[in-house]
Amino acid sequence: MQEMIKERVLTLINEGAADRVLAWETGEFFYDRTPKFFDKNNVNDLKYDSFCGANVTKYLIAEMPKEGKTIVLVKPCDSYSLNQLCTEHRVNREKVYALGVGCRGKIDVEKLRTMGIKGITAITEEGDTLTVSTLYGEKKVARKDALLDKCLCCKGKEHKGVDEVIGDSEETSVGDKFEMVAKLEAMTPDERFEFWRGELSKCIRCNACRNVCPACSCIKCVFDNPKSGVDNKAAADDFEENMFHIIRAYHVAGRCTDCGECSRVCPQGIPLHLLNRKMIKDINELYGDYQAGAEIGQRHPLTDYTLSDDEPSVVHERGGANA
Amino acid sequence: MSVNQEWTPNIVAFCCNWCSYAGADLAGSGRMNYPANVKIIRIPCSCRLNPLFVLRAFQRGADGVILCGCHPGDCHYSTGNYYARRRMTMLFSMLDYLGIERGRTRVEWVSAAEGAKFAATMNDFVKTITDLGENKKLEDLRCKK
Repeated sequence: MQEMIKERVLTLINEGAADRVLAWETGEFFYDRTPKFFDKNNVNDLKYDSFCGANVTKYLIAEMPKEGKTIVLVKPCDSYSLNQLCTEHRVNREKVYALGVGCRGKIDVEKLRTMGIKGITAITEEGDTLTVSTLYGEKKVARKDALLDKCLCCKGKEHKGVDEVIGDSEETSVGDKFEMVAKLEAMTPDERFEFWRGELSKCIRCNACRNVCPACSCIKCVFDNPKSGVDNKAAADDFEENMFHIIRAYHVAGRCTDCGECSRVCPQGIPLHLLNRKMIKDINELYGDYQAGAEIGQRHPLTDYTLSDDEPSVVHERGGANA
Repeated sequence: MSVNQEWTPNIVAFCCNWCSYAGADLAGSGRMNYPANVKIIRIPCSCRLNPLFVLRAFQRGADGVILCGCHPGDCHYSTGNYYARRRMTMLFSMLDYLGIERGRTRVEWVSAAEGAKFAATMNDFVKTITDLGENKKLEDLRCKK
């Protein structure tokens, strides 16, 4: 598929339909795929394979002042983020050529490591099996066991609002994405508090979740304001950890497309997507089903209202026994 | 739990300028009693309440936060309280999800003519917070005196 993409990108650039392409290159390790802009001279270094889990759409914002069109490679999940950025006028859709690329789910190298596979030197895939070469010999792993968590509850393999699609996709979703949220909701408040204290206290305030999030696109961010009380690089106390994550989840409420990048990049493995998913679940339950980024120009639930909305006390009344 | 005899809850009440603040005024001029530990902050409209204000109040030592605004349909700016309603629902749900006690946050609609309702609401809210005790889960130790 990678060669097909390169060929198509080159044709588009040569035809004058676009000037550059936003895609992935190999990073520090062989399995690292980092976002990069290519022009026709170096498009040969473009990579698209099973390690391209990163969502590159946010990098388009910085490209907007430049002349000409940018081709962006989007997986099905990335297309939602692109639409959301266009809805919020952060990206001008007319300056973007969205090239949808097929996706069979992306591989999480960390997952292989947690299986106890160390010293990985190469990974090759054939059908549904991964062959992992390590310093200690070869291991075979089923592809579905090594997928990113976000691929296991994929929104579907349909590209939304792209100009063209290359390559085939394969369904990877295996279950209800709200399962864990429902599990947490069923706990007592004290158990939930303990759960989140345990998770959030791991936070080192690297701000990776903020920097990667396509919905977190403010130029001036509240967390950079020294007067905010939450600008420290290392959280000074419990409150700051709570505060940071509540604010972040709340800022993207109704705009989060559930791309799962926050949890993917977290070096501490905090399940941050669970906060966003709770907001999505609530919005779906209280204000009707809503998928951010499904199309350009949607009005999001928190900038909208109906006369018969539930009163805020509804969240205290739900769940009865655990009040 | 050994309750500190001296402890009384700190309540922050955000009141909309047009209805609830006037309602509080009416409660005052009507000589109705409500506890003195309710600190009223006047805001131009209930939708002026940035959810961050609620968190900030807890950080600075509030034990309960209540938002009072015009009844839905009566907003001075026509639709402000409808937006506030959705925002607060989401915020309360988030706090609940993180395990913060339900009941520490509340929204009541109080009109300018409802001085008695204002006093009754505050009495009831202070009682709820007194029963819940000090806000331990969302406190900032740096802000403690």
